Amino acid sequence: MAQVVYCIGDDISTDVIYPGRYMATVLPSETPQFAFADDAALNAKLKAKQIPPGSIILAGSNFGCGSSREQAVSTLKGYGLTIVAKSIARIFLQNAINLGLPLVVAPDLTAAEGDDLVIEKDRIINTTTGSSSRIEPLPPARQAILDAGGLIPYTRKILLQRAHATTT
Amino acid sequence: MGMTVVEKILARASGLHAAKAGDVLEPKVDLAMSHENAALVINQFLEIYKDTGLEPRVWDSSRVAIIFDHRVPAESPKTATNQKKVRDFVARHTISKFHDIRGDLGGICHQILPESGYVRPGAVVVGTDSHTTSHGALGAFAFGIGATEMASVWTLGHAVNVEVPATIKVEVHGSFRPMVGPKDLILRLIGLLTAQGANFRVIEFHGETINTMPTSGRLVICNMSVEAGATSGIVPADGETLQYLREEAGVKDPVDPVLPDPDAAYEKVISIDVSTLEPQVACPHTVDNVKPVGHVLGKRINQVVIGSCTNGRLDDLATAAAIVRGKKVAQGTRMLVFPASGRIYQRALEQGYIADLMRAGAVVMNPGCGPCLGVHEGALGDGEVALSTTNRNFKGRMGNPQSEVFLCSPAVAAASAITGVITDPRTGGA
Repeated sequence: MAQVVYCIGDDISTDVIYPGRYMATVLPSETPQFAFADDAALNAKLKAKQIPPGSIILAGSNFGCGSSREQAVSTLKGYGLTIVAKSIARIFLQNAINLGLPLVVAPDLTAAEGDDLVIEKDRIINTTTGSSSRIEPLPPARQAILDAGGLIPYTRKILLQRAHATTT
Repeated sequence: MGMTVVEKILARASGLHAAKAGDVLEPKVDLAMSHENAALVINQFLEIYKDTGLEPRVWDSSRVAIIFDHRVPAESPKTATNQKKVRDFVARHTISKFHDIRGDLGGICHQILPESGYVRPGAVVVGTDSHTTSHGALGAFAFGIGATEMASVWTLGHAVNVEVPATIKVEVHGSFRPMVGPKDLILRLIGLLTAQGANFRVIEFHGETINTMPTSGRLVICNMSVEAGATSGIVPADGETLQYLREEAGVKDPVDPVLPDPDAAYEKVISIDVSTLEPQVACPHTVDNVKPVGHVLGKRINQVVIGSCTNGRLDDLATAAAIVRGKKVAQGTRMLVFPASGRIYQRALEQGYIADLMRAGAVVMNPGCGPCLGVHEGALGDGEVALSTTNRNFKGRMGNPQSEVFLCSPAVAAASAITGVITDPRTGGA
């Protein structure tokens, strides 16, 4: 079970998640300090570790639209957050899978801040309201990257297979 | 059933005769572009090779392009150090398509790639920048990816697990009225589709308006296709494309356009008549909040920005120069101009556009992304309003969440710089 700690609207861009002026910071160990940097209250809460890992940010549709900056994913991953959204913009979705940021697409979910959610394989249960909503499954191709633990181990495995094939 | 352009390109790049929307393929990549964020790509690339016992090696150094544009010249020691790290990598891996901070060969990646002849019709182009969609203007399938995905491409030479996108066909008819053009068309289309209307889809452009549009205009509409969520925009290559490649990009070898089949399967078809289109403005804080200029006339503006990967080309500068020639930028308004490349800057100098702009009071900056994404020059003060020919107006986009950004064409931007308020370029300040 995980709690919804923040509700955020539709079309939340990567400029809101990780403002462009911090893009020279690239290391996943350093990007979390700038998460939602222009939302001073939320940023302060995150930095003060007042939001426990595993907490849920509940977004509307088209979460993560805009820039391809991967910092927008690593900054959220740094706090162990889970994203639940009605829909997610393509590049952000792919980046999240590549880096292993947990995210769930639940188009019909209604929940408010403070609600507790249980995420199952194909549905999400709001234990506060007692309602249940379907989860949109990831395409199998993307699931394979998640199952490998992200795109780096996935690619490394192919690289080693190729190297092995050329030496034997 | 026939194939769309993207289906044909992805089938060919994957060694198949056919592909359809929804297929998952591993297409070979023809060109892999990064800008300053190559610094992060390098980290991830070395991470892939970690503990493998293998020497890190880019799959094909002639297919990697790196262009510095986001923070040029460097605005901080941190950026300068990142750029230095990328330069060292470029030298070690003999990457030839590298464009450093220079007045001759430098500029914005989405102008450098086409003008250097790096993009060909039918190619698969990936870039660690969401506006990589621009290169669909030359009939390529070009899409934005993250840094880790680029590191994977550098390693393997193909993109992993690419789902063939469905295609929305947009047919554009009619002739633009004076002071109306490609930027107004794409803003109107984004307003119609909404910011997510084309998510996971490709927009394929057709119709006589597109056929008669120069490559510079096609770059504008493909550039901003991503603002409707599109994976890419594509204009099927035609005579104009071949002429651009030969005359502007210096391409000498044969070019092989990929065209859609007459019975290609489109998810939907949208028809737009531009003969009655008005100048359009995208209002804060989303790109799909689009209104005809008449709805926002008189809005006070503190800063006008003309430039970027969307509208920093020679015809954009010519339009702006013609409007401000002999006039003065309004008191209380700053006008910043960023040519898209060194080549364009030099031509604008030769044509006298730069002098026209400067005499009117504009500040002409070096080619680069400038204030578009709020990292470098031209920050906004609290409560200030910018009118810009760039492509995004998200809250905080230009570096200050207490400011507002309106998006428009070069004609609207230039006319408004003179009056200090949002102005219809067809009537000027009258």
